[in-house]
Amino acid sequence: MIKVTKLNKWFDDFHVLKNINLSIQKGERVVVCGPSGSGKSTLIRCMNYLEEFQEGSVAIEGKSILDSLEEIEKIRQDVGMVFQHFNLFPHLTILENLTLAPTLVRNISKDDAKTKAMEYLSKVKISSEANKYPNQISGGQKQRVAIARSLCMNPKVMLFDEPTSALDPEMVKEVLEVMTDLAKEGMTMICVTHEMGFAREVADRIIFMDHGEIIADLPPDQFFDRPDNPRLKEFLSQIL
Amino acid sequence: MRRGLDHKLVHWGKRNLFPNIAQSMISILMLIIGCGLLYLIMNWFLINAVWKGDSSACREASGACLSFIREKYLYILFGVYPREHLWRPIVGLILWIIFWFHFTKKKNWNKSLLLKFPTLFFIYYFLLSGGWGLSPVENHLWGGLPLTILLSTVGILVSYPLGILLALGRRSKSKLLSYPVVCYIELIRGVPLISILFMSSVMLPLFLPNDLNIDKLFRAQVAIILFSAAYFAEVVRGGLQSLPPGQEEAAKALGLNYLQTQMYVILPQALVQVIPPTVNTMIGMFKDTSLVIVIALFDLMGTAKSSLTDASWLGFSIEAYIFVALIYFIICFFMGRFSQQVEYEFKLSKERS
Repeated sequence: MIKVTKLNKWFDDFHVLKNINLSIQKGERVVVCGPSGSGKSTLIRCMNYLEEFQEGSVAIEGKSILDSLEEIEKIRQDVGMVFQHFNLFPHLTILENLTLAPTLVRNISKDDAKTKAMEYLSKVKISSEANKYPNQISGGQKQRVAIARSLCMNPKVMLFDEPTSALDPEMVKEVLEVMTDLAKEGMTMICVTHEMGFAREVADRIIFMDHGEIIADLPPDQFFDRPDNPRLKEFLSQIL
Repeated sequence: MRRGLDHKLVHWGKRNLFPNIAQSMISILMLIIGCGLLYLIMNWFLINAVWKGDSSACREASGACLSFIREKYLYILFGVYPREHLWRPIVGLILWIIFWFHFTKKKNWNKSLLLKFPTLFFIYYFLLSGGWGLSPVENHLWGGLPLTILLSTVGILVSYPLGILLALGRRSKSKLLSYPVVCYIELIRGVPLISILFMSSVMLPLFLPNDLNIDKLFRAQVAIILFSAAYFAEVVRGGLQSLPPGQEEAAKALGLNYLQTQMYVILPQALVQVIPPTVNTMIGMFKDTSLVIVIALFDLMGTAKSSLTDASWLGFSIEAYIFVALIYFIICFFMGRFSQQVEYEFKLSKERS
C-alpha cells in the first residue's frame, strides 16, 4: 500500500529523516511516536508530498510520488490527511467543507456530495451542526469534521498528524473514538500520536522514531511490555 | 418626558464635555473655534454669496460666487461634450448609479456580476462614443465626470484582477515567474503615476511606428491600469500572507490543484482580510485619475481648471475647486461606506448560526 524506500530529507543542514525504510500493508493500523523533533510528522507529510524530500522514494499503491509529480493531486485524492490544527476552511459551512473537494475533484453532483457528506457527519455524530461555520463549534467537533471531510474523498489510506494534540483534554476521547471506529472498519491508517492507550488498543504496529531514524517497529504488546531498545525504554518510562 | 431628555443631555454633557477643569477648557476652546469656523463658512457660502448676477457682481461681494457655478457646472461636469447629445453621458452616469446600488446589496454578489460589469461598461462606452444609430462623438470631446468615471471604473475592474494575478505570481515557487513580477511591482511602485502618464503619451509614440497611432485616452487608461495593478498586488499579497499555511495544505491534501486551491480556499479568505486597504487603494486610484490632466485629457479636475480660464469669469478658482472637491468627496464617501458594509456582511456571515 505504502512503501517508503531509503528516504532522506534535510531542512537546510538539518538531517530530519535518515534513510527511512517502511512498508505498510492494506488494512494495517500503524502508530508513529517519538519525542518532538524526531521527524515523525515530517515522515507522514512526505507520504502525500506536503513535504518535499531530497533522496529516496515514496510509493502509494505502487505509484512513485516523484514519478508522478504532474498528477500529484491524483495521489493526494486517495490519501486522506487530518492535521493537528484541523485546518477547516473557515469561510465555508461544515457541510461545504465536506462537499468542496468531492464536487471539485471527483466531479460528483452537489446533491450526491451533500447526501454523502451528511452520512459521514452522522457517522462522526455531528450532523446537527452541518450548517454552522467552523468557528461556531468546539475543537473536538472540528477535528471530527476534519476526519469526515477526508473520508468524503473515499481515501485508501488515512494519515493522522497528531490529531489530538491541540485539543482540550476532555475532547480527546470523542476524536479517538471516531478513529477507533474507523480502524475497526478496516481503514489503512497511519497515526502520529502520543495517545498510548489508543496505540495499544488499535495499532497493529507501533513505530518509534528518534533523531530522524526508525528505532523500533514492533507490535503493541512487544512495544510496551518487552521493549528491547534503551532509547525506547527511556521514552516509555517518560510517558507512561 | 421632556424633562427626562433635558436631564439626560445635561448628564451627557457633564460626563463627556466638562468632567474636570482641563477637559472643560479644551471643550470650551473647541466650541469657540467650531462656532467661529461655522460663522465664517456660513458668511461666505450663504449670507454674502452671490446667487444671481454676473462676474462684476461677484467681485464686489465678499462671499462665494455661486453664479459662477451656475454658469459653468455643465462645462465642469461634462466638458466640451456636444450639448445636443448631453443626455447620453447623463444616462450613462445614471446607469452607473443604479448599478452601484444594485452592487452594494449582498444578495447580488454572484457570478452574474462578471457579465453585468462588462455589459454596463459596453453600454456606457457606446453611449459616450455613439455608433449604431447614435451620432459618433470622438473621445477627445469627452470630459468631466463621465471621463473620470470611465477611467476609474475600467481602471479598477481591470487592475484588481490583474493585481491578484501579480500577487499570486509573486508568491510562485517558480523563480522564472516570481522574479519578473517582483521587478515589475517594485519598478512601478518606484515611479510616480504622473511620469508613467507622461511616458505613455510622450515617449511611447516615439518608439512606435508612425502609422500606428494608439488612442491617447486608451494609453492613459492602460497606464492607470498598469500602475494600480502593482498596488493591488501588494495589498492582495498582504492578505495571502495573513492566512495560516494549514489552509493551503488542507486544500492540497484533499487533492485540489493549484487553481482550485486558490479560487475556492485561499482567495475567498485572503481578499476579505484586506477589504479596507483594497478600498483604500481604489479610492486613491479614483482620485489619481485626475492626473490625466497632464496629458491634456479633461477629466473632472481638468474641466474645473480650464473653466477658470474663461476671460469673463477670471478669479473664481475657490468656487470651482470646492465644487469638484464635493463631487470627489461624495463618490469617495460612498466607496468608503461600501467598504464598511462589505466588511460587516462578511463578519455577519461568519457569526451567523
